[in-house]
Amino acid sequence: MKKQQLETLKKSLWVFHMNTGSCNGCDIEIVAALTPRYDIERFGMMLVGTPRHADVLLITGPLIKKMEDKVKRVYEQMPEPKVVIVVGNCGSTGGVFHESYSVAGPIDKVIPVDVYVPGCPPRPEAIINGVAKAWLKLERLEGKK
Amino acid sequence: MSKKTTYTLPIGPIHPALKEPVAFEFETDGERIINVDFHVGHVHRGIEWIGMHRNPVQILYIAERICGICNICHPIAFCRAVENAAGIEVPERADYIRVIMAELERIHSHILWAGVAAHEIGFDTVLHLSWAMREKVLDLIEYLTGNRITKAIMAVGGVRRDITENQYPTINNALNYYKENLDTIKSVFLDDKSIQMRAKNCGILTKEDALKLCAVGPTTRASGVKKDVRVDQAYCAYGDLNIDYMTPDLLTGEVNGDVYDRIVVRLLEVEQSIDLIEQCIDMLPAGDIMAEPKIPKLLAMLKKVEGDGIGRAEAPRGEVIHYVKLKAGDAPFTWKVRAPTYNNLLPWVPMLLGEEVADIPIVAASTDPCLSCTNRAIVIKGNKREVLDNEALHRMSVEKTRRLAL
Repeated sequence: MKKQQLETLKKSLWVFHMNTGSCNGCDIEIVAALTPRYDIERFGMMLVGTPRHADVLLITGPLIKKMEDKVKRVYEQMPEPKVVIVVGNCGSTGGVFHESYSVAGPIDKVIPVDVYVPGCPPRPEAIINGVAKAWLKLERLEGKK
Repeated sequence: MSKKTTYTLPIGPIHPALKEPVAFEFETDGERIINVDFHVGHVHRGIEWIGMHRNPVQILYIAERICGICNICHPIAFCRAVENAAGIEVPERADYIRVIMAELERIHSHILWAGVAAHEIGFDTVLHLSWAMREKVLDLIEYLTGNRITKAIMAVGGVRRDITENQYPTINNALNYYKENLDTIKSVFLDDKSIQMRAKNCGILTKEDALKLCAVGPTTRASGVKKDVRVDQAYCAYGDLNIDYMTPDLLTGEVNGDVYDRIVVRLLEVEQSIDLIEQCIDMLPAGDIMAEPKIPKLLAMLKKVEGDGIGRAEAPRGEVIHYVKLKAGDAPFTWKVRAPTYNNLLPWVPMLLGEEVADIPIVAASTDPCLSCTNRAIVIKGNKREVLDNEALHRMSVEKTRRLAL
């Protein structure tokens, strides 16, 4: 099977980051990916302040019950085509919090997820790899139109 | 004269200025804030409840994940609580390595905070400058523990990895890097005019308020209160080290308790941490790093323990307390965590009153709030959510104390 690869960077991805109750571990690694050592802004990716401007929704945290409806609302506000990336073990599977009474996750129970980035927390390299995968998916979605 | 109408300005829980979910309600008269209320609980993960279903060695993994930034001080406090309950004597070498790790964490956390604070006032160049500097200490942490963020180095009765002599050059190299480059950040924060304009005389917390509201950590030290667990009740190896309270008058000669002073205290503490690590490496005693290296044996011993213990530690944000009550069996009977941000939430109110709306982010960030540490308490009975007033909470608190004392 031919491995899918990014050939051109046709557009700049705008990312909305949402914390659904994470421990900050993934969140600081996401910021680390934006700052000079990893600097994903050189590919045109940047964090935006509102989901209405975003192509990608970056979610961290195990999804606390109190945040469940807010995640849905943020997801519905994003324009099509859109992709969702879950960063971290707890959002992907529940992780160490899987048995807790206040966790409504994993996130794919509530909204459709396209890319999972496992790790507790994942390294910035892994997060960038996840965003590149989302990029492929976005290009495929746009091609269908 | 007609009475002026005030506006209520809701901010959060999802807001780009907030790094973590918290909901604020500001009552404003024009630009002036006249009342503040906030709702927490969006990061409540039921950590203490999970802990009551696991054995102490497994709880360590949960304790590390209370917060992704302070994931050395929570395990230290938890380990010390269990060691206190079980009467485990930690080897001296392990105590020194714990101090080295805690101080590395302080360097990383304070530099991270400096970047976030600069970002909150719209000075993104400094965010990138300080986060680029922070990568060096993360490299060192990764070199010593194997992980960048979640260090997994604490263990009940010691630490899991030793520091060997062939690692000294790398450690010294990183420390020297900070000694040489910290002046860049210091001059930006202390001499730059735009930071001075935003930070001076903004978000003032008086010494009286700091004492009355039990603020902890750099927040209270910036108001001139000499409070630091590392000095007051020296734990691990801090008793052997040369350490003192860091208050802003050491550098500027005066104490105002504003945002600027909180920046000064944190920058001074980074220098202090570098010094403490060097002292530790000079004095590092030889010996074991674990009181009981065989985990099954340790667990069998902990199973028989009955009693309770308290662990205190000075986190980058202030004092963290863990209380553990062990009863015969695998899981502890109770585990209670009091994180520093819990104490630093109420000081927000006197800090924010009278300030302008635009000052909210920097004032809120100036206590270095860590909500993932704090959110462990909420009351939901059935489907009815109850808001508890002061008396009810106090009554419940007293009842809980009685219940635990049984």
